[in-house]
Amino acid sequence: MAQTVNSIPCAALIIGGSAGSLDVLLEIFPNLKKDLGFPIVLVIHRKASNESLLTDLLQSRTTLKVGEAEEKELLTAGKVFIAPADYHTLIEDDCSISLDYSEKVNYSRPSIDVTFQSAAEVFKEKLVCILLSGSNADGVEGLKSVNNYGGKVVIQNPNTAIMPYMPQQAVLGVKPNVVLDSYDMADFINNLNN
Amino acid sequence: MIGDAIDNYQVELLLNDVLETHGYDFLEYSHASIKRRITRLYALDNFVSFAEFRYTIKSDKQYFKRFLEEITVNVTEMFRDPSFYKALRNDVLPVLGTYPFIRIWVAGCSTGEEAYSLAIVLKELNLLNKSLIYATDINPSVLEKAKKGMFPLNYLKQYSENYLQSGGLKDFSTYYTANYSLAKFDETLNSKMIFSTHNLVSDHSFNEFQLILCRNVLIYFDKELQHKVFNLFDGSIEKLGYLALGSKESLEFWPKAKEYKRVKMEKIWRKL
Ligand SMILES: C[S@@+](CC[C@H](N)C(=O)[O-])C[C@H]1O[C@@H](n2cnc3c(N)ncnc32)[C@H](O)[C@@H]1O
Repeated sequence: MAQTVNSIPCAALIIGGSAGSLDVLLEIFPNLKKDLGFPIVLVIHRKASNESLLTDLLQSRTTLKVGEAEEKELLTAGKVFIAPADYHTLIEDDCSISLDYSEKVNYSRPSIDVTFQSAAEVFKEKLVCILLSGSNADGVEGLKSVNNYGGKVVIQNPNTAIMPYMPQQAVLGVKPNVVLDSYDMADFINNLNN
Repeated sequence: MIGDAIDNYQVELLLNDVLETHGYDFLEYSHASIKRRITRLYALDNFVSFAEFRYTIKSDKQYFKRFLEEITVNVTEMFRDPSFYKALRNDVLPVLGTYPFIRIWVAGCSTGEEAYSLAIVLKELNLLNKSLIYATDINPSVLEKAKKGMFPLNYLKQYSENYLQSGGLKDFSTYYTANYSLAKFDETLNSKMIFSTHNLVSDHSFNEFQLILCRNVLIYFDKELQHKVFNLFDGSIEKLGYLALGSKESLEFWPKAKEYKRVKMEKIWRKL
């Protein structure tokens, strides 16, 4: 079922996660190569207050440039964009970012569904989305759209997730292209190509 | 699912209809978010086809009202971004307090939470008496709510935390009376407010202000439209007056930004 990893085309990688996902990110980031040919967008549920904490934490573990996604900023290869707390992050056709302060989705803002869905329409079969640990079902609907538009659906192996509910729901609701243990993720990402 | 979704071409058609039949121009809104609003409404109201949806929006005035309400994002909060209100309280309003009269424009005020927050700060600085707050929005139904000054009681805990963090010193509950599930705010607060519809895309400037707040509205506009609105504000702010934007918005790429100076860390600029 899983295809050979290096055949997966990737114009953008979106990673969504909630409770328990930080550990995975901290495991992945030190091992990412520094010349990735695509941008990474992170949509991680967190409290609005610790604004720059996540950015600082990840930046300290990687040579990739990490920053909070800015309104109208262009997605560029090799950079990590963190969806700001309390806004939804949408991707425009020209690969720029639109922030949106509308209703929470799945009790979440940023919502993973919202970013997955909007990226699915833009990048179609060249989108790769990874869903990590979490204790709600945000992201599952989004992965369905990714699937429909021909993008690749990657789910953290629920058995390796601190909070297995979110990846479990995804595995049940969407046909994943790949299910990965957290320690295999960095390799997987390094082998995607634009 | 793809079959159900509305594509870019249909969004364009719909927005052109809305402009032609109702006079509201959403063509320069950020595409991804307006498309998401439209798709969401289409699904929410169970339309059987895009043609049906389009026809209803065009021909049914009552439904168009709903369209307008749902397409514009009206989410707001009292004392949202407490550090912003702290800067207003400590750095901006005391300066304006030296003027004989303070005119403030809250553009895109939604249901008014921002205007009431501002009025509370003005009151605590003893400036409310000589202030006038013009609160405007494109959407008439949110203004109706704003006039009433009643907000859901279950939000008040969050609002009072925000208020304390913003440097508020009083007991927040002195500003409202609880009425079933609603908190009704003190009428001295909205005695100094004027509510009116105003469309930032198509309407002109209507006064000169010492302070304009337009927060979390411009994120919905594309770059060119943002710059048009900055020009509109520029023509409506007195020399040495202030412009306040939302925490993710910036004057940065606007050609006239050099004529404005940022106030500390907040998204507040002073016109030089
Ligand atoms: C997210 S709310 C922001 C409310 C408040 N300023 C805040 O920051 O909490 C955005 C508001 O902008 C209004 N709006 C959208 N387009 C507008 C336009 N062209 N002219 C005036 N107001 C507009 C919407 O109706 C909505 O009430």
